[in-house]
Amino acid sequence: MTASELLRMLKKGSVNSVEILRSVLKRTQERETSLNCFITRTGKTALDQAEEADSRIRQAGDIPLLNGIPVAVKDNLCTRGIRTTCGSKILYNYIPPYNATCVEKIFDQGAIMVGKTNLDEFGMGSSTENSAFGPTRNPLNPEFVAGGSSGGSAAAVASGETILALGTDTGGSIRLPAAFCGIVGIKPTYGRVSRYGLVSYASSLDQVGALGRSVEDCGLVLNAVCGKDPRDSTSVELERPGFLDSIEKGVRGVRIGLPKEYFVEGMNSGVRDNILRAVEGLEREGARIIDISLPHTKYAISSYYLIATAEASSNLARYDGVKYGFRAGGETSDLLEMYEATRSEGFGSEVKRRIILGSYVLSAGYYDAYYIKAQETRRLINNDFERAFEKVDCLITPVSPFLPFRLGEKIEEPLQMYLVDIYTVSVNLCGLPGMSINCGKSEGLPVGFQIIGRPFDENMVLRVGRAHEIISKANASAEV
Amino acid sequence: MVRMEYEVIICFETHVELKTETKLFCDCRVDYGSPPNTHICPVCTGQPGSLPVLNKKAVEYAVKAGLALDCDINRLSKFARKNYFYPDLPKGYQISQFELPFCENGHMEITGDDGSPYDVGIRRIHLEEDAGKMVHSSGSLESSSYSIVDYNRSSIPLLEIVADHTKNPLRSVNEAMNYLEKLRQTLRYIDISDCLMEKGQLRCDVNVSIRRKGSESFGDRVEIKNMSSFRFIAHALEYEIDRQTDIMESGGEIHQETRLFDEAKKITVPMRSKEDAPDYRYFPDPDLLEVEIDQEFLQRIEDSMPELPDQKIRRVRETYGIPQKDALIIARTREISDYFENCALSCDDSAKLATWIIKDLFRLLNESSLDIKSCPVPPQNFSRLINILAQGVITESAGRTVLDEMFRNGGRPDEIVERMGLKAIQDMESLGKMVSEVIDAHPEVAGRIRQGRQEPINFLVGQIMKKTRGKADARKLRKLLREALLLDE
Repeated sequence: MTASELLRMLKKGSVNSVEILRSVLKRTQERETSLNCFITRTGKTALDQAEEADSRIRQAGDIPLLNGIPVAVKDNLCTRGIRTTCGSKILYNYIPPYNATCVEKIFDQGAIMVGKTNLDEFGMGSSTENSAFGPTRNPLNPEFVAGGSSGGSAAAVASGETILALGTDTGGSIRLPAAFCGIVGIKPTYGRVSRYGLVSYASSLDQVGALGRSVEDCGLVLNAVCGKDPRDSTSVELERPGFLDSIEKGVRGVRIGLPKEYFVEGMNSGVRDNILRAVEGLEREGARIIDISLPHTKYAISSYYLIATAEASSNLARYDGVKYGFRAGGETSDLLEMYEATRSEGFGSEVKRRIILGSYVLSAGYYDAYYIKAQETRRLINNDFERAFEKVDCLITPVSPFLPFRLGEKIEEPLQMYLVDIYTVSVNLCGLPGMSINCGKSEGLPVGFQIIGRPFDENMVLRVGRAHEIISKANASAEV
Repeated sequence: MVRMEYEVIICFETHVELKTETKLFCDCRVDYGSPPNTHICPVCTGQPGSLPVLNKKAVEYAVKAGLALDCDINRLSKFARKNYFYPDLPKGYQISQFELPFCENGHMEITGDDGSPYDVGIRRIHLEEDAGKMVHSSGSLESSSYSIVDYNRSSIPLLEIVADHTKNPLRSVNEAMNYLEKLRQTLRYIDISDCLMEKGQLRCDVNVSIRRKGSESFGDRVEIKNMSSFRFIAHALEYEIDRQTDIMESGGEIHQETRLFDEAKKITVPMRSKEDAPDYRYFPDPDLLEVEIDQEFLQRIEDSMPELPDQKIRRVRETYGIPQKDALIIARTREISDYFENCALSCDDSAKLATWIIKDLFRLLNESSLDIKSCPVPPQNFSRLINILAQGVITESAGRTVLDEMFRNGGRPDEIVERMGLKAIQDMESLGKMVSEVIDAHPEVAGRIRQGRQEPINFLVGQIMKKTRGKADARKLRKLLREALLLDE
């Protein structure tokens, strides 16, 4: 069941929050051993929060937006008093002294936190296999990966271990696992949601977003978490729209662009066919489908990996064994030995690969050729989108050229893994809103497509997504 | 001392802690005296997920410094990350500036070695955050069994002022010290830092290079760190200039390196060579927006700029007609000149006022280790004292007695003169009588004066002063004595 349905039932009194919580905890008990969605479960806190939520309903005052709804929180979002590991050994014991702003906001809106979800270490990966706490498996077929890096959040929603989840998206980390798990995931415009308390991977690309079983559920979470935060200079001061206000408007007259560079030879034909069928559905409902071109798409992946790793190499420097988290090296080691041992043992290999790559990108003599070049390319890619949005209201693309793959299938080949994100990274480079939504199955595995909007036009994205949802009624895969 | 055939180039990088109320990127208080780690938060301890938010006051102070040092103020400025590892640096990078600092291309006038004004180039002024403070279980990190870190200082705003080695660089230890004095004076004038070196509020690194006179290019520069007082900076510079000169003399080469000053031995020792110089991998900090300085902001700061030292020296000299050497002292700090000018409001003799502040008031302040801000004599009383001195109501010596009394026990000058009976003996008749008495009492001395000696006159004046407890008018006494002993005939 969706959060929106549950909220209506909660208000009517046909179910209470503690009952909802029990049902997701029961599901967790059944499936968690095989799926590994959570790094830390917070059932006790959740029960207290559920009881509070129920008493708010009994007192019949204003009912906050997410009152009594179980939410799973990705484990790179800080939670006061509850350990926040980022899926890394280096933070295996780190207990933050503060809540991330988005966490604070869902608490303010009455949400119940059921646990901290698994992820690729610091968000670096596309399969949730790069976690010090073991991989998360796909609820639709545990032989397959859940996608990443918010794999724990997506799998928890898809399996019914939670109703909603917060995720983060640096290069596709919400949209890919949402697609792989057959649910809905949205990454809002950069600056929409405060990054305060989101443990930085790549500061100029990271954004908090939502995963749920319906478009409406995602809009609901955005209503709770968006807004300017004085603690995050990059969050944007804008009047926040109601994210559900125009969701039912349909697509009549909406101009949808199909960028030709995103539908190329070599992509999985099942993925392509399902997406084109969804597009036809929208066209039948009155949308105008327009072929467009984003000519600099081919530079997106390299630009992304230069910028993301450069920022990461600096963002992850604070994990040095001095202040918190894991420390290696005996009493006798000197400072340099302690640093080396801590970081060698504390970080996983993908994280180390990206730190080394990023340090190289920023180093004297290479900075102009790599970092500056990548920023220039980023501007060109952004210009492509600006030109496209003069002609269309949103874009539809694949989320990934691939179907979900088997555990272990790509983990030994980092470059193959990087290509999984080829259709999602541009959205982060340009700070655009992007949503991933299911459009059926191929070879028994879920296929998702991506809707990309103009900056701060999440409402268009949600509206098109909702229209598709009505057309396909394809949300049967993950009911409570 | 540098030998004649060499020229020296000295270039300072000066770090100044700004006295903002809160830190550069969080709301923690800037506080020097508190117990360790009591002014810290997720941001200034580098907790995962925390983000910096710029303190606008610090930007205002940076721009103020830029205006005081005649810099171009960049309308668009950027923060950058300087990446390196050290336990006192909680994020593993320092937020600093690289491209587009707040201020560039300034200069500051000092007195050059030839006594004429010399306009030292300032290359840039940028804002950055301070690191925490390491406390070692013994002398150094290497020799300690453990070290602990106090993050109270972490993220306190620092202004780095970099002199320009290509535009009128400093050429001697003397000029270097003039530069530092003038810089400290200016920063205190604009009230952005107390610049107390002993509290680490002012820290310097200095680059030194030498060349043979007439040579076009300079030798490699050597950077010296770790000097905790002006005196040590002078020692370090002297040592370093000698060391480099010796190397040149013996046909050696000077290589670019960083050296540390050893306070105990007063020498510099190698720290790292150019090859070991760290690559800080600067890049624009993606957590902070570019800073735009708009006209309104700039105008507001320009309007709030106080008078600067050179302006004040000139004005004090011209308005009050006091000599340059006194004006320099009166304008040394804003507090001194404020006191002077408050007195001058009701004072008839500004020159005397300046002299009395510089000689007599400073002596008393020094003796009781007070600064002029806490001077117990209110300006109106001080100026009244100068007025009655100028009018001859009391003698200079009685004036000092009155000042002592005001300083220690308070009270107004007229009342003290009255109470202590200090009014000057002015009438020629009484003075004449005293003169004859003293000549009679000291015939030998009088005889010597008659033979043409001058100094013994002071002895006779002194005798009378002793008797009158300083009340007799010394000038008149001298005149009478000369007349009586026929000196002026």
